Formats: sequence, structure tokens, C-alpha cells
Amino acid sequence: MAQKDYEDIPGTFVFDADRSRQGYHLNMFCISLRLADNRAAFKADESGYLDRYPMSAAQKQSLLERDWNEMLRLGGNIYYTSKLAACDGVNFQELAAKMTGMSSESYRAMMVGGGRSIEGNRYKSEKGQG
Amino acid sequence: MARITAGVGVSHVPAIGVAMDTGITDQPYWQPVFAGFERSRDWIKKAKPDVVFLVYNDHCTAFSAEMIPTFALGCAAEFAPADEGWGPRPVPMVKGHQKLASHIAQSVILDEFDLTIMNAMEVDHGLTVPLSIMFGQPDEWPCLVIPLCVNVVQYPPPTGNRCYNLGRAIRRAVESYDEDLNVVIFGTGGMSHQLQYKRAGLINSVWDTDFLDRLTSDPVGLSQKPHVDYLREAGSEGIELVMWHVMRGALDDEVVEVHRHYHVPASNTAVGHIILENKVKE
Repeated sequence: MAQKDYEDIPGTFVFDADRSRQGYHLNMFCISLRLADNRAAFKADESGYLDRYPMSAAQKQSLLERDWNEMLRLGGNIYYTSKLAACDGVNFQELAAKMTGMSSESYRAMMVGGGRSIEGNRYKSEKGQG
Repeated sequence: MARITAGVGVSHVPAIGVAMDTGITDQPYWQPVFAGFERSRDWIKKAKPDVVFLVYNDHCTAFSAEMIPTFALGCAAEFAPADEGWGPRPVPMVKGHQKLASHIAQSVILDEFDLTIMNAMEVDHGLTVPLSIMFGQPDEWPCLVIPLCVNVVQYPPPTGNRCYNLGRAIRRAVESYDEDLNVVIFGTGGMSHQLQYKRAGLINSVWDTDFLDRLTSDPVGLSQKPHVDYLREAGSEGIELVMWHVMRGALDDEVVEVHRHYHVPASNTAVGHIILENKVKE
């Protein structure tokens, strides 16, 4: 496959066709939580509800464990996974904090201070990230 | 004839809608965000658009992973605010201009832009937050709205060049419509922000400011910016800014910047806002 010119951006998953294909059933589960009846059914039996969607065992596990970064690694998209967060009562800023490994307080303080700097965050080579 | 008189660029951060809906806009965190919109609300009261042509993106609400149109034009009589997972926003029903919308669809499709036509569509915060920012909290929206939904969720979104040229085609379509209508076009989303993974929280104010400057000084050059520049410099969700090129393409080559507002942060995002007017021709 041709080289993707965005693969060298650190700390980022670009939701392209490959990721969309991999994460299809995980993402379709997430969007089902847009409806109140589905949220109630999911909360009543999380594992049983997830079995309606033919996703991989690893994807199912990431959802049950609320491993937000693993969901993305396995093809989830943030606009979908945020619907699971909303179902849990977690807002977008709290979700972002969880993905960066920061506390909600320190993440919020970083944002109020102008956000995460672009300096040193353009290329994986700057970060020593693989 | 109908004409496009002005363009509005504005972020559509969902938390801005929540702040308005829950009545906390005068809190210290939110006050500077909303202070910059006061002039915008005065401006649009005077501008009195009959129709707002609103370019936005759906956030996996009306469109699931099953169907991802690159450009989808709202041709319905009305568009209900969607439940995005915590109940619909308490804002008025959005009313369309069906005849103008279907005229635009016909015109731009024959102009070789292959739009998807939506005769039923719910609209999420991407569309309703810009209306709230510009019009406040009325019982009914003071104008009709034609939504143009652009895919910026699954890579690749349409290029900036394609968006700019679609804007030009939309202008030709509007100007070939007989009814005397004042149309204002909104380009929404951005500015720099990343919502996901370890780089979440990224903000690039220098890049954002350059983008705002070049909307007036170098709009065609700006529309040539490659996608990887947005992703790298403005964050993975900053690529929403391609939608502003549709707005810019629909205006004159030369415009006057009448208002600008920029503030960090609203939730995870740099809030950017600009109002551009065509120079009045006598």
C-alpha cells in the first residue's frame, strides 16, 4: 500500500478507509447509543448488547473496559466513541483528558493556558514516538 | 434576483451550545467566548438575511458509518435538531427554503458537482450551534436555512480547492434564482483542535491567525492547502476548516473583513469567527 503522508503525525489516528473498515461494527454499536432505548438496553446487559454487533473479541473488550485509546487503535472514531462516553456521563473534555493520560483538572488547566503546543508535536521523530 | 451578500466563518463547538442551553454564558470561563459574538448578533440583525446557506458537518449523528456522502444538500421543508446521545438541543425547528434548495441542487449538479440530495435529515450541533451563536435564543429562527453537510469525519474530506469551487458554483446558482432574496453563507467548524488520542488538546493559534488573515488577502492560495497541513498543524479535527472555503468561494474575490473574534479555549477547541462582506456595488 502507498505510504500515507499523515502516518508520521504523533499521537494521532487519522480515520481513513482502512480504519473505517476495521472499526465498522464497533462504530455502528456506538452510534446505536444515540437512542435512549438502546442506551437503556446496553446499560442493562453490556456484554449481551455488544454481541449484537459482529466485532472482534479485542474490540468488545476495549468497549467493556472503556479503554478509549484501544478503541481508536482498533478502528473506532472519536465521534462514535464519544457516544459511549456520553452514555457513561463523561463529557468531551473529560474524555480527551482520559485519552492523554492526564487528570481532568490538569487537562482543563492546559486548555485554559492555551492548549497543547504545536511545537514538538508535528512529527513522530520529534517525540521519539513509534 | 437572489444574491449572496456576506459570509460568516464560525466554530461550532458543542459546548458553546450547552453553555447557552444551560444559561452559564456569563461565567468567567464563557464570558470572553460570548463577548466576541455580541457584535456579530448586531451585525446579522442589520444584515437581515432571508436565507442562511449553512455549510457544516454531521458528527456521526444523521449519517452513520453506513453512508458517508461527501456533499449532502438539505432540500427538506424542515430539519429537526437531533438527539446526539443526551437529548435534542432545546432550539427551534430549522426551516428550509425548498424551492431555492432544489434550484441550487439542479444548478450545481449541471455545473458538475454531484451532490447528494437530502429530503429528510436531522441536524446536529454542527448546524444548530452556529445559528445559536449568530441569533441567540429566539422562539423561531429569524430566517430560512439551507444546510450543506460535508464529510470531514472519514478521510479524505473534499479538497479545499473543491470546496472553494463549489462555493463559486453555489453563488452562480443563487444568482440565477429569480426571487429577490438576501442570502448569507456560513462556513463552520474548526479552528485548530484535536479531540482524540495522545495529542488531544492541540491548539495552533499562529496557524489559525494566518488562516483568518488569508481569507481576505489570499483566499485562492489558502484553498490550495493540502490536507496533511490541516492534520499536522491544526489537529485531526482542525480539518473541518475546509468547509470555510465553500463560504469564501461564494463571495467576491475582494471582500471586507467587518469582524473577527478568536479565543482559546472552548472545551478542547480554538474558537474562530470572521464576518466578510462583499464590497457594495452601485
